[in-house]
Amino acid sequence: MIRVDNLVKEFGPRRAVDGVSFSVEPGTVLGFLGPNGAGKTTTIRMIAGFLKPTQGQILVNNINMLQDPIMAQRQVGYMPERTPLYDEMTVEAFLRFVAALRGYQGSERQGRVDQVLRSCFLEPVRHQVIETLSKGYRQRTCLAQAILHDPSVLLLDEPTEGLDPNQKKVVRDMIIEMGKKKVIMISTHVLEEVEAICSRVIIISRGRVVADNPPAELTRDGTRLEEFFRRITTTEDTNAGGL
Amino acid sequence: MSRVYRPVPVILAREWSAYFNSPIAYVFLVIFLVLAGFFTFGVTRLYESGQADLRPFFFWHPWLYLILVPAVTMRLWAEEQRSGTVELLLTLSVKPSQAILAKFFAAWLFLGLALALTFPMVLTAYYLGEPDGGVIFSGYLGSFLLAGAYVSVGLFASAITRNQVISFVVGVFVGLFLLLAGFPPVTELMSRWAPVWLVDGVASFSFMHHYDMLQRGLISLGDLTYFAGVMVVMLTATHAALTQRMGRT
Repeated sequence: MIRVDNLVKEFGPRRAVDGVSFSVEPGTVLGFLGPNGAGKTTTIRMIAGFLKPTQGQILVNNINMLQDPIMAQRQVGYMPERTPLYDEMTVEAFLRFVAALRGYQGSERQGRVDQVLRSCFLEPVRHQVIETLSKGYRQRTCLAQAILHDPSVLLLDEPTEGLDPNQKKVVRDMIIEMGKKKVIMISTHVLEEVEAICSRVIIISRGRVVADNPPAELTRDGTRLEEFFRRITTTEDTNAGGL
Repeated sequence: MSRVYRPVPVILAREWSAYFNSPIAYVFLVIFLVLAGFFTFGVTRLYESGQADLRPFFFWHPWLYLILVPAVTMRLWAEEQRSGTVELLLTLSVKPSQAILAKFFAAWLFLGLALALTFPMVLTAYYLGEPDGGVIFSGYLGSFLLAGAYVSVGLFASAITRNQVISFVVGVFVGLFLLLAGFPPVTELMSRWAPVWLVDGVASFSFMHHYDMLQRGLISLGDLTYFAGVMVVMLTATHAALTQRMGRT
């Protein structure tokens, strides 16, 4: 589970995240939506233990991310925005490196690597240098490192950004399958993705939660999710960026 | 099977292979060995000195390291910040201090390899006469410690920017300060107006004074502590710079 209480992050005088609270139970695919600059990535970075909040609490499987980040991060698989990877390594060498940091050794380490290479359809490029990968393979390599240790919490920042429709389907199917048992939190601004795979939606605007419902509830009165999103985020902030 | 978490050797091995998977390692080793040989035999003329010792060889190391070490270290954090992999690394249950130590030791050991490859110099000294083995040992120890100090400076310069060129220039500049603070032309210039204690104080911050002692075969706890101190201070500064830049404080 993830539990976030009154999360605040200030960058100098700017308050990027302003009192965000929510909790998510296993078996949930949570869509984390908001206009550009609303604080999505900052919030996810704090939950992943990369950024320290100015104030607030983060619990991952009841482990406090601020007091014990190392133990808490072991519960989490994280796919950062823009898929940063060590470009000079091969896909397999990179995943072996991640597996070693996740504490696996010897044959178990190789077993884990082989398993994610299969489940993320990376076998054809296992010996290829990451720098030379297509966008789709690169995205899946980053997803592979996130799920390698079978974490119960997955944080995916724009996991299907830049993929073609076929590749999107592959990644979405994987997320739906994994979301049956895990907590999966997806930051996105692709609304069709939310409707396709999320069981719950949180919309933030100007660093605050402005909606928290299952997607079907948001659109119950016949409003399309896109309209609802536009209405709620532009009422909050008329200067907010578009979709 | 229970899991074993040892991030320092794992990251160290990755950094080490990153050196050898790119031209950096080979270009560095060749240039270091060629320049060391050229200066030793071509400029300080080891053969013609009439002495079987390696002082003409070690004399050049502070200057070679000044330019070459920042070239090895400039990538270490600047590139992680530019490409965003720092976000990946520091969310894989790795403490910043562990990542810093791993990168530091990877670069320092690489410099150690470069130094080990200068062994033909030792053979030359033994060919020319009967050198003092103790002095040669302490010369190598001094050079290795000096390399470690330069690496720690370079690592700090790499942590404060995402631009490798800036990292290189800052590394050279800080290294040059630590070098020249004890260089005779500078100390002589200072002694014209500054009191002796101040000249000595500034000079004692310098690599040169401590390096010189070791080149003379004098291994003292004070000099060893100095080099260890420089490394600890620079690594602590690296940690502070990195966590501050990452918004982790």
